[in-house]
Amino acid sequence: MIAVFVICVFGFLIFYLWDGSLPILKIKGLSFFFESDWDPNSDQFGALPFIYGTLLTSVVALIISAPIAISTAIFLTEIASKRISKPFGFLIEMLSTIPSVVYGLWGIFVLAPFVRDYIQPVFTNYLGFVPFFKGPPFGIGIFTAGLILAIMILPTITAVCREVFLSIPVSLREGVSALGATRWETIKTAVIEAGFSGILAAVALGFGRAMGETMAVTMLIGNRPDITFSLFAPGSTMASVIANESPEATSALHTSALSAIGLSLFLVSLAVSGLSRLITQITKHRLAK
Amino acid sequence: MSRTSQPYLLALKRRKIKNNFMIGLIVLLSVLAVIPLFMVFFHIVRNGFASLNFDFFTKLPAPLGEPNGGMANSILGSLILITFASLIAVPIGVLSGLYLSEYKNDRLASVLRWTVDLLMSIPSIVIGLFIYTLIVLPMKSFSALAGGSALALLMFPIVAKTTEEVLKLTPIHIREAGLALGLSRWRVILFVVLRGKSSAVMTGVVLALGRVAGETAPLLVTAFGNRNWPKSLTEPTPSLPVQIYNYAISPYENWHSQAWAGALTLVTLIFVINIVTRLIFSKDGLSKSHL
Repeated sequence: MIAVFVICVFGFLIFYLWDGSLPILKIKGLSFFFESDWDPNSDQFGALPFIYGTLLTSVVALIISAPIAISTAIFLTEIASKRISKPFGFLIEMLSTIPSVVYGLWGIFVLAPFVRDYIQPVFTNYLGFVPFFKGPPFGIGIFTAGLILAIMILPTITAVCREVFLSIPVSLREGVSALGATRWETIKTAVIEAGFSGILAAVALGFGRAMGETMAVTMLIGNRPDITFSLFAPGSTMASVIANESPEATSALHTSALSAIGLSLFLVSLAVSGLSRLITQITKHRLAK
Repeated sequence: MSRTSQPYLLALKRRKIKNNFMIGLIVLLSVLAVIPLFMVFFHIVRNGFASLNFDFFTKLPAPLGEPNGGMANSILGSLILITFASLIAVPIGVLSGLYLSEYKNDRLASVLRWTVDLLMSIPSIVIGLFIYTLIVLPMKSFSALAGGSALALLMFPIVAKTTEEVLKLTPIHIREAGLALGLSRWRVILFVVLRGKSSAVMTGVVLALGRVAGETAPLLVTAFGNRNWPKSLTEPTPSLPVQIYNYAISPYENWHSQAWAGALTLVTLIFVINIVTRLIFSKDGLSKSHL
């Protein structure tokens, strides 16, 4: 009974999102996702700026977060002794319990001024000729949003990597180091290369998380439905536009457009996390043999 | 030393240098990873304590321009929303968990498990949007009803998953002993399996509470918030996270400090919940890393 009920609710969820997004999709068709004009006041709806913003912030987050998160997992499983790795792992886990809105608050008052005063000037002064790094110093924008996302997805990536590394048999490491490899060479061949697909899965999961994150991004990205090449310009993501405009959406078409964005966000994050779970399962299975 | 070993030694030296460099880099990056935690914590404590006082927990928000005031209504609103959510999510979640662990080979169970996993990976704003179209639009008003439902939908998979994991640890012979005494199957499940693990199941519930206590995005589009006491379940209802958000993006100094105090309250609550549940779980020999 209960099981059927739950599955029905889930079916409902998909149906409602689909039903809600039908009106806009009927009018626009797939071009809804490729048009870049978004102006609710004149019933102009194109989702491209948000898709672009979501992808760009998530990619920025991954570029910053992935190396640090993977290093942390290596540190926890391979380098640190148990006395250090336990409390250290605990700290990393704590990072994931801080609510998104608190990250946003911290981002507005601490991170954004820091980016404006210290990070952005460095980029504009030395790399200003690249269009990516141009723009007036607002402090808020795509880069800052990506930076906060990097902090938020770090514990996720670390946790999955750690699990993968722990499932690599010790004998593999012993074998490599018995051949005379240094510690780093052991880590490189027996951990990173052996668990490579697992690392990919972890990164994919982090990517999925980054795409769905809402509050901190909404507070730090500036919320402008534009496509700009500069990393330091304000932008908007799929999640942030839903949070921002749903409470104020007046026309049925506007609501429908937001539903369509929600539906696509839903489908993409399902695909990404499903993929990541599949890779993890396969990797663990292969390593266990 | 013979000449032929020279290049070999050089290579060894280079490998050693590289080794030290890479290990150092890994340690450095790991240390970098926890710096944000301390930074966030430091700023919350410093700015939060400055504006945290008794009024904060007992008074309504002050009109703009007047000092002081508090977030009592938001705290109450959060409590209402979370209670409402638990009333829905806990029974359904625990029963689903029971079903998943006791009838794990059923066709229906595997569909349910799949559903629970999917629900877990949906971004919370999408859940909010769903409840928005399902409840808010037909009722033409934001409400505690909608907010609570959204939180329930977020809580449910966590409760179901922890319950399943916990009950799986019950050894099969305990179930067999119950059945051998002539108890019917549902009695064994309810009075032997569930009761034996009730404290662990409760811990899972509390963990789920901690997880949804800070949820903001779904509440923003469902419960919305107001500046008065929450009156009924069908009206917009304030909540702590949403109030923090509203204050944080406002241009007023006084509201900013209120936001910091709210953040301090919220984070303290969530940390306490997490540390306590962690201690209980580690005593039971459970890891929650995969949850």
